[in-house]
Amino acid sequence: MTVPTAAASAAGRVATEPQAALLSVGNLRVAFGGREVVKGISFDAYPGRCLAIVGESGSGKSVTARTLVGLTGAGSHVAADRIELDGLDLATRSERSWRAIRGRDIGFVLQDALVSLDQLRRVGDEVAEPLRVHHRGTRASRRSRAIELLEAVGVPEPSVKARQRPYELSGGLRQRALIASAIALDPRVLIADEPTTALDVTVQAQVLDLLAESKSRGTAIIMISHDLSVVARLADEVAVMREGEIVEHGPVDEVLYRPVHEYTKALLDAIPSEHTRGTRLVRGTSAPRRTRRPIDADRPLLSARHLSKVYRGPDRVDRTVVDDVSFELFAGETLGIVGESGSGKTTTAGIALALIPPTAGEVDLDGSAWTSLTPGRRRPIRKRIGVVYQDPLSSFDPRWTVGRILVDALAKGKRPPSSRAEARDRVVRLLEQVGLTAQHLEDAPLRLSGGQRQRVAIARALAPEPEVLVCDEPVSALDVSIQAQVLDLLTDLQDELGVSYLFISHDLGVIHHMSDRILVMKDGRVVESGDADAVFRNPQHPYTQRLLTALPRLARA
Amino acid sequence: MTTAVLPRALSVPSWVRTARGALLKIATAAIVLVAAASITFFAQLLVPGDRATAILNQQTGRAQQYTTAELAPVNAQFGFDRPLISQYLDYVTGLFRGDLGTSYTQHRPVTEIIGDQIGPSLVLTAAALVTAWVLAVGITLLTVKRRRAVSALGSTWEALTASLPPYWIGVVLLVVFAVQLRIFPVIGETSARGTVLPVLTLAIPLAGFLGQVTRDEFEKVLDQPFITTARTRGMSDTAVRLRHALRHSVVPAITLSGWALGALLSGAVIAENVFGRPGIGQVLVTAVNTRDVPTVSGIVLVVAGVYVIANLVVDLAYTVVDPRLRAS
Repeated sequence: MTVPTAAASAAGRVATEPQAALLSVGNLRVAFGGREVVKGISFDAYPGRCLAIVGESGSGKSVTARTLVGLTGAGSHVAADRIELDGLDLATRSERSWRAIRGRDIGFVLQDALVSLDQLRRVGDEVAEPLRVHHRGTRASRRSRAIELLEAVGVPEPSVKARQRPYELSGGLRQRALIASAIALDPRVLIADEPTTALDVTVQAQVLDLLAESKSRGTAIIMISHDLSVVARLADEVAVMREGEIVEHGPVDEVLYRPVHEYTKALLDAIPSEHTRGTRLVRGTSAPRRTRRPIDADRPLLSARHLSKVYRGPDRVDRTVVDDVSFELFAGETLGIVGESGSGKTTTAGIALALIPPTAGEVDLDGSAWTSLTPGRRRPIRKRIGVVYQDPLSSFDPRWTVGRILVDALAKGKRPPSSRAEARDRVVRLLEQVGLTAQHLEDAPLRLSGGQRQRVAIARALAPEPEVLVCDEPVSALDVSIQAQVLDLLTDLQDELGVSYLFISHDLGVIHHMSDRILVMKDGRVVESGDADAVFRNPQHPYTQRLLTALPRLARA
Repeated sequence: MTTAVLPRALSVPSWVRTARGALLKIATAAIVLVAAASITFFAQLLVPGDRATAILNQQTGRAQQYTTAELAPVNAQFGFDRPLISQYLDYVTGLFRGDLGTSYTQHRPVTEIIGDQIGPSLVLTAAALVTAWVLAVGITLLTVKRRRAVSALGSTWEALTASLPPYWIGVVLLVVFAVQLRIFPVIGETSARGTVLPVLTLAIPLAGFLGQVTRDEFEKVLDQPFITTARTRGMSDTAVRLRHALRHSVVPAITLSGWALGALLSGAVIAENVFGRPGIGQVLVTAVNTRDVPTVSGIVLVVAGVYVIANLVVDLAYTVVDPRLRAS
């Protein structure tokens, strides 16, 4: 079974179209050291159309993209019945002849321009590099062409920006510069590998518009993404990859709204949004939440009053990163804080945890002083508030086992275990509570998967039996199906233990799925707050409205 | 809140801040130099034995004790009979006038002695540093992340040369290229041909050292996404290495170079000894043996000066190579 049936039927449909494929791949197989990571996939790309290859990490989608420019990597073995660019055979090229095609016929955009552009070179030189490599024009003409390209991708003050270096530009402008470089020679095929992944939602929308513009000029786009909702905005055709195979392949409307394959359905169900509120995300368990403990609106567990935080930069200019933020988090409630990068949401979380001293204002914990206490007097009550970060790995001692991490956390809790046996029993119970088993006790965090690590982090946070858990982007580094499991776990734990969450995320879907009430932050200020449904359905502040318009989403029946 | 503080922060023009920074650096350098001179001055007094006796023995070529009457004129001539503190203060104030004192053994101003000998030493040091860089960068570019055998050859060469003692390298080079093959003179004085082997003696171990740190960086950089981006533009492997990877991987080697320049200058004595080449290293060894305090202090001061200048250059080089470091 080399070509999955779904792909075969899609290929049949495509063959009836009038246009010939520009890039055609047949039965592509890629192996690294005998382990096959791409297992016989076929697809075609057409001028003026976008093919999206969607999958989770390890699905082989990025390897596939690299193979299309002959950069599969060291130690790889590539075999294919057919890799053709406009009739030209690419499957059996030498490195030298590949170089003539890269950049000229096939442009490539990687994710996260901060690391995908050379930080030490001027933006203009980076943009013009394909021209230099392919011996186009003179040094002066390339320089002016780079400025034209920057202008074309919507970079303001292109001649100034061309002389700056990538780290001096914002994330959105960097990504535009990266795209400008990829389209410098007007390639007929543009491959974009997670082109919007590290970007804020409003910037993401702009970058997708830019790619759409390129598409409308006749470029064939192959977009690699883990995010089905981003794909909906640009793609004409979607191929869903899992473990090296294409499990479903067809027009975007069919795959996203009438999926046939179980995996595609599960992926779509796992996306948190307003429609998933109050339900579980993991497929097959999409029952409503268990009996939710009532929110005690008379008992604010956290109450923050007029918080502000000012940092003095190296240039001695003060920057207000949190500006007059007030909120209350009630017992049993989830309060979501949503905002783009630099909005001050993480600093607010740090203040609530009493890890960052506020410049002004204070936070009370369960009605008594918290951030205004001295560190020594805070220590005995610190066990009442826990935290889960985005990247748990860096918060674990790499030499400690999971068991030791959790025993340590229990010992610092409200009820320290009195014996080794009790400690072990309670650690095992904690592991089971977060969906792990006793067999993980001796594992080092490094050997766990991303989802398992986050479960251990949650278990560690829960060990001292806190009443408040601050979750700072807890699922942002996880694949959508793992994200769904962790979010389900968090809601289950709330139902079971009645713990309150201060939930920080840049992802509006996640925030809407999780939160009872939300705060929308921008530039350190709370621009809008209220009941989650009310804010999402009827946003009052222009910024919230803009965020929601930019949010790529799947319309659901 | 921000606006209230802005005017005060902006009221300091940038040139004032730059000038303030420069002054601070110069003052720091001066303090380092005076401290270096002071430490050498006192350290040499701690060495057992009488200075006047040493000077007389030096002059007469004998090793014996003298009576107080015999030592008195020497003590008076060099001011050894004066309190230690005034000897020290004289020395330090002399420094600011550019006076490093008079050699006990050569009876000439130390500045003159150093002036005669510093030229060949600086040539040797600078040439060795440049050669070490060329070797290290060349080997890195050619061997990192190539076929397994080539990479292994490169890193073995670096580990081997970094661990070889320069003295041994010098002797081997001398025997092979000067005595056996007669390509270079055995004693070359300061001629260009005569400088080649001393330079290699110092450069080879340093190149191994610089190469090791550059290789580590280079390997990491070649895995960066921006390197992949460059390749997707159709760039050749050589161009990617030269235009993108190299610049990112030289910062650790630049840090080491500041240290290396000073170490080369004081370590040059090995090469100078083996190849019979004049230089400050030779003078230093003789001066230490004869307890010639002013000469030793003077040379230490010069070496310290080279260190200070080298580190200023290194600071500057950082920001040229990586402008991101300018902000911090």
